[in-house]
Amino acid sequence: MTTLRIDNVSRWFGNVVAVNDISMTVGPGVTGLLGPNGAGKSTLINMMGGFLAPSTGSVTLDGQPIWRNEQIYRHIGIVPEREAMYDFLTGAEFVRANAELHGLGAKEAQHALATVEMEYAQDRKIATYSKGMRQRVKMASALVHEPSVLLLDEPFNGMDPRQRMQLMDLLRTMGAEGRTVLFSSHILEEVEQLAAHIEVVVAGRHAASGDFRKIRRLMTDRPHRYLVRSSDDRALAAALIADPSTAGIEVDVHEGVLRVQAVDFGRFTSLLPAVAQAHGIRLLTVSPSDESLESVFSYLVAA
Amino acid sequence: MYNATVARLTYRGLLGRRRAFILFALPALLLVISAALRMLTGADDQTATDVLGGFALATMVPLIGVVAGTGAIGPEIDDGSVVYLLAKPVKRPTIIFTKLVVAVGVTAAFSALPTLMAGFLLNGNSQQIAVAYAVAAAVASVAYSAIFLLLGTITRHAVVAGLVYALVWESLFGNLIPGARTLSVQQWALALAQKIAGEGAITSEVGLTQGLVLLVGVTVAATWYAGRKLRTLTLAGEE
Repeated sequence: MTTLRIDNVSRWFGNVVAVNDISMTVGPGVTGLLGPNGAGKSTLINMMGGFLAPSTGSVTLDGQPIWRNEQIYRHIGIVPEREAMYDFLTGAEFVRANAELHGLGAKEAQHALATVEMEYAQDRKIATYSKGMRQRVKMASALVHEPSVLLLDEPFNGMDPRQRMQLMDLLRTMGAEGRTVLFSSHILEEVEQLAAHIEVVVAGRHAASGDFRKIRRLMTDRPHRYLVRSSDDRALAAALIADPSTAGIEVDVHEGVLRVQAVDFGRFTSLLPAVAQAHGIRLLTVSPSDESLESVFSYLVAA
Repeated sequence: MYNATVARLTYRGLLGRRRAFILFALPALLLVISAALRMLTGADDQTATDVLGGFALATMVPLIGVVAGTGAIGPEIDDGSVVYLLAKPVKRPTIIFTKLVVAVGVTAAFSALPTLMAGFLLNGNSQQIAVAYAVAAAVASVAYSAIFLLLGTITRHAVVAGLVYALVWESLFGNLIPGARTLSVQQWALALAQKIAGEGAITSEVGLTQGLVLLVGVTVAATWYAGRKLRTLTLAGEE
């Protein structure tokens, strides 16, 4: 039970389309679901977790439907984004209750607590936990029955760097063991560090899918825009346009800047200082003008 | 059909929340009133039926039913922690039935038991009035718990809806419009009390058979529908 299939799935809420005709297959290993806030990641994860019915299309695990099929939870572990979790229990009681609901007992609960290294605080009330501790107890509750599929919605939110590293190690291990691990994130670096395979969702649409390096290249190879101020804008413009790494240069007389469009990111970044030095031009400002994640994503959608 | 873990989570959640204080406050008030009346006016059957019928059964039982019935599931759905129950291979009707059992137990413990004690305080169970009202409170606890548990699964404003039903429908309309009384859990339960108590001590608007059929019917229907609702419970995304 390891292959999640999403087939032509759409989901709308009233007039708002949250997920628009997405198909993807998620198999063993760690997969990152990447997209800006509001892209439909949580909607997708909720459908994969059986908490939301697709408006059209189907969501299945090895051919079995997930919606309205509680037996599927023998194979799925879920780490929700929301904070709330029986705060009046201690960590140990909470994980124990989760184990019992799977028909398991104290031994499995203890093992799960050990896996996330929360034994030291297991007898404290969850209400007293930090965000990172809550996250780890949530993990323990999702791992207690050794599921073959693990779904995590924004698991790194609110974690400090050390906790983040720890959780990444744990997820890597689980992926290496042949489990299907899918996590969502809106932070490129998180996904880059953890997932070999990524699925990009933008504005409810499936924007890209595949190997991280391939998508990273798509992202870095997109035309970059730079804003440059120098001691001699016109001379610099003339020198830069001679090189194939630039596609266009505008001399903005009003603002006193150069707007450069580079097509070869790597080559341009080494070319610019070299050209300036060769012509005795001083660079005063070099700043990328559209580096926001949204522009990266929207480029991917267009590609 | 019954899951001990779900029950444990439910009653700890019920008794651990701040609104649980109302579970203790109302019965305490009833007992204080009863003791005071007994001391001031002595044992009197009419006073006993007034207090037990007018306050205990008409107001206290439905209010405790609202707190226990909606509280058995509403807060979990509100804050999303119900995910941990639902992401388990446990049948949805089992979850609902277990929560109903806990809600009934809590409602009966905090309403039928104090009603019985208040009855003995008021007139020493003369004409079986204490037992009659205690039994009525117990059966009303079952129906109220089922109704308010269902409310907890279908609306985020279950407490408000429950209060409106308990206070406006059962108390106000029940007293003003005769027809409304036949559609009132309180009257159905009173039919049973009428049967138990001495001749003419307690009166109900509905017959015994009709009352019992309606009590059972409403309880079963509400529980079945709540189980269905839970099966297709949609947790809205955070986006």
